[in-house]
Amino acid sequence: MEIKEFIANFAEQFDETEPEVFTPETAFRDLDEWNSFLALAIMAMVKSEYDVNLTADEMRDANTVQELFDTVKSHL
Amino acid sequence: MYNPFSIEGRTILVTGAASGMGKATALLCARMGATVIAADYNEAGLQTTLAELEGSGHMAFAINLADDSTWTKLLSDAPTIDGFAGCAGIANMNPFPFISQTEMDKVFHVNFYGPVMLVNQLLKAKKLQKGSSVVFVSSVDGPKVVHAGNSVYSAAKNALVGMARNMAIDLAGKKIRVNCVLPGTTDTPLIRTANVTEEMLAETAKQFPLKRFGAPEDMANAIVYLLSEGSSFVTGTELVVDGGYCLI
Repeated sequence: MEIKEFIANFAEQFDETEPEVFTPETAFRDLDEWNSFLALAIMAMVKSEYDVNLTADEMRDANTVQELFDTVKSHL
Repeated sequence: MYNPFSIEGRTILVTGAASGMGKATALLCARMGATVIAADYNEAGLQTTLAELEGSGHMAFAINLADDSTWTKLLSDAPTIDGFAGCAGIANMNPFPFISQTEMDKVFHVNFYGPVMLVNQLLKAKKLQKGSSVVFVSSVDGPKVVHAGNSVYSAAKNALVGMARNMAIDLAGKKIRVNCVLPGTTDTPLIRTANVTEEMLAETAKQFPLKRFGAPEDMANAIVYLLSEGSSFVTGTELVVDGGYCLI
């Protein structure tokens, strides 16, 4: 599981934020576009692409893309 | 004391009787003197409910709403019934771009096709008396409000409402009434999924005008009203039981 591919999958869920904005250090909750539906979409993407069921707590505890990537990877 | 909402002596089939609204409905029906035919997928839970029912003569059938081959014993061995309370249901939350046909089929089989075709089969087996009352548990999600990620669930709950309205017309000749109860968020196992925390639930409850979720007993009370003679002029309609949630 590669961070670059994860970032691409992560960025794809956003409609108004350019993919180039996203790096491992991106604090995604600070983005203008961030909302609770995106949290659902990210969790659905993780399930669809990596077959990992993130809990609401795990989603909430990740503050950056890297942290979320690490959480997902820990389930694999 | 006169009670227009009495269901004493009636026989009521309750699906989803192992837990949540179904269990609360089964318990209330028995407490009010009805004979309960309890049905659920969860056999152990069903037996627990059966043991808790007041009175005697109650029966339990383990069925899978998504598989009508499991309904055979119920359709042959159950007595004729005066009421049907379709309380069984499953939740589903997935943003629309990620839903699958398999997921749609699963939710629709349990939440729509199952309860509707079970009533259809009960009619064919002549188990549903003239003058009976059929109550489907739909939801405010779909018919009244929507929540992000709930498209499949909302669609199935909306389908129940549309079907119930038409069934009311088609069955009026037999004096069989068909109505839906539309619960708002109700504190049952269905809402306590792995993705939901107690903190989230507490926050959500504050949004309700009555500052709480519905209790399974609130829905059981609404269902019993619709099963009783007190609602004999009520058919093809929806009873919203949501603590005022949809108003705001």
